[in-house]
Order: sequence, then structure tokens, then C-alpha cells
Amino acid sequence: MTGTIPAPTERAVRDALAEIPDPELPVVSIVELGMIHRVAVDEGGIRVAILPTFIGCPAIGMIEASIAARLAAFDRPVEVRTSFEIPWTSDRISEVGRRALATAGIAPPAAPHDVRCPWCASDQVAMDSAFGPTQCRSLYYCRACRQPFEALKSV
Amino acid sequence: MTSPPPMATLALPTVALDALLRSMADDEFVVGFTDSEWTGIAPLLEEDIAMSSLSQDELGHATALYGLLAELTGGDADALAYDREPADYRHARLLDHGRGDWALTMARRYLYETADAVRLEAIAGGRWSPLADLVAKIVREERYHLMHVEAWLDRLATGSDDTYARLTTALDELGPDAGTVFTPLPDEQALIDAGILAAPMRELEDRWRAAIAPAFARLALPPIPPTVDPDSGRTDHGAAFDWLWSEFTMVRGSDVGATW
Repeated sequence: MTGTIPAPTERAVRDALAEIPDPELPVVSIVELGMIHRVAVDEGGIRVAILPTFIGCPAIGMIEASIAARLAAFDRPVEVRTSFEIPWTSDRISEVGRRALATAGIAPPAAPHDVRCPWCASDQVAMDSAFGPTQCRSLYYCRACRQPFEALKSV
Repeated sequence: MTSPPPMATLALPTVALDALLRSMADDEFVVGFTDSEWTGIAPLLEEDIAMSSLSQDELGHATALYGLLAELTGGDADALAYDREPADYRHARLLDHGRGDWALTMARRYLYETADAVRLEAIAGGRWSPLADLVAKIVREERYHLMHVEAWLDRLATGSDDTYARLTTALDELGPDAGTVFTPLPDEQALIDAGILAAPMRELEDRWRAAIAPAFARLALPPIPPTVDPDSGRTDHGAAFDWLWSEFTMVRGSDVGATW
């Protein structure tokens, strides 16, 4: 089945996906977060496999719907599915993504002793709780600038 | 990472796999719902958030495991979670003691999480990739759960006479049921023959007892006694579960078949 416009390249599909922000961390896209596992374009349409950051992440449904809505512009069937074929790990976040998180006040993932304050870059930080406002974040406090902050969990 | 070798021509041991998935999913579902009872009333704000986040993880794991079971049996994940009678759930009796106080909650979480870790280790790397892949992801999340319960066991055992007494009272209540996580499954040998499970549940129970013994000795806690009535470890649920079941089926039961 084909639409009325030519089939997009895989690159074009990935560029379109890069416009979709993560619903819980809107400063980064789902591409920068490393959530895209596979993109395939063929006669049957466009198929995208995504890796959930956390298994029970409640944003997965929203992300799937956002992908389907954005790729509808290519005028052919779109199939989005989640995959655990490889685990999403925090080192899948791109450099651009890590910088965007830090700018927004969220320390990018690191081993607990390597976490730096996103505000003042101090290493004088303490973990208040491994569990934060979403499944993927922990709570920290910076003793240098006396600010609380959040850090993405390292998984 | 390397993928486990495919199942090749081996047929899936459907009956035993159904029992394994059901026991794991029901465990995560029941522990998640029980612990979510702390949302809003935990003793510290950080623990209120922690219990909510932990419960969300457990219910996420249950959803994914029910999803695999639904694919295997041609059923529906929501129906598996919500539409069975209380007697048809197959979670471990360890999880049938009601919410209890904070010490009981932490003792239950410690016993369950350490047992679950041993079980997951025996499944990760198995030859049925849908489950082995999911378990590899679950293990990464459960590390945070283990850190949390290990810290709390320490804190309660060494905090004061009162916290030690509350912890040992909780362990006295839970201890005889703690090993029920390892209740042998129907046709369990078929899972081992198929390379899905690395060892029999009885052997995993021994590994678990050995794994937690050093912490119990260091903290001067009484050892976990042998399991009472081990063969009914996943079938006799009692009044506390009847209440929990009525809670978690209430919304679905109030308008059967409704969607949003």
C-alpha cells in the first residue's frame, strides 16, 4: 500500500521523531533520550519500535500516540510498538540530551558519586532519596549552592 | 549484549510457562497494590514518594508480565489482572498479611525483593527471549528496590529498642510464609528442560536463604524459619487478600466493560 506522496527515507522519519518531546522531560526529544530502537520503511508502511525508559512508565501511551500523529504526515500506515529486545539504559541519552537536561536543572545520569549539581557544577551533593517525582528521577541536595535538584537515575 | 540462543525446535512448555508468568505477575501486582496503600500516609515525605514510585514499578512489571501471559494464552492482560476470583490468584502467601505498620511493610519488602532477585537471576539469560529480555530490564529497576530495603532493614534493626522490637515482631509474623515465593510450580521440570528456568524452586529457596543469612546474622535478627505448609504457598490467600481484591477490582466492577 502506498500513499499519494513518495515513501520517506528512514532518515526523514528519524528527523520527524526528533521533533517529539518526552512528555515528562520536555526539554529533550525521544530521539535524544535514546528511546528509538528501530525504524523501518517499506511497502507496508512505517514501523517504529521504541524502548521504554522504565517498564511501567505511564508516558508510553502518550509517546506512541505522538509518534503516530507526527508520522501521519507521511500518508501511509504507521505501526508503533514497545520492545524489550535490548534494555533502555541511561547511557543511550545523547550528549545534546545530557546538556539539555542539565540546563533544565536535571542532572544527567551518572553513578551516585559522579553526580554534579546542575546549577553550580559542585560535587558536594547528597542523595536525599533514590525515588523522585517520576520513576526515572532521584532527589539530590547541593551543599555548595544549597539547592535541591533532581537527577536522572542511572539504569 | 548478546541474545540468548533461540528456542529452535523446542516446543514451549505452555502449562508450566503459564504457571511461572502467572506467579510472577500476581506477586508484582499484589505487592504493588499493597504498597500503594502507603501513598499519602508514609512516615516521611521521601518514603511517601518512594513507596508510590516503587509501587508504580511493580505494577509496570505486572502489566508487562500479564501482557506476555496474554500473548501466550490468547487472553487479555486486563482480564487476567482484574477478572479472576480471589481463589484464582497465584501470588505468594508472604504477600497476604495486609498493609501492616511500617516495620511489617519493610520486612515484607525485604523478604520479597531478596527472593525475587534470586528468582529473576534464574530466569535472566533463559532461552525464551520474550521473558529473558523483559527480566533483563526488570533487574535494572529492581536494583533500586534492593538498595531501599537493605537500607531500611539496617535502619530498623539498629535504630532503637522500639524499631528492633517492631522489626522482629514483623519477621515473626512473616517468617513462616517467607519461602512461599519459591513454592514449586506445576510441571516445573519442563521449564528447566526448556532452558527457561535455571534451577528448581526448592534450590532457589536454598540460594535465597544463604544470600540473606549474613545480613540477618550481622543485625542479630532471628533466622527465617522453614516454610509452614509449603505446598499451598500460592493458593490459600485468606481475608487480607479478599479485602485487597475488593479494593483493586472496585472501579472495573462498578461499570463492567466500560472503556475510556
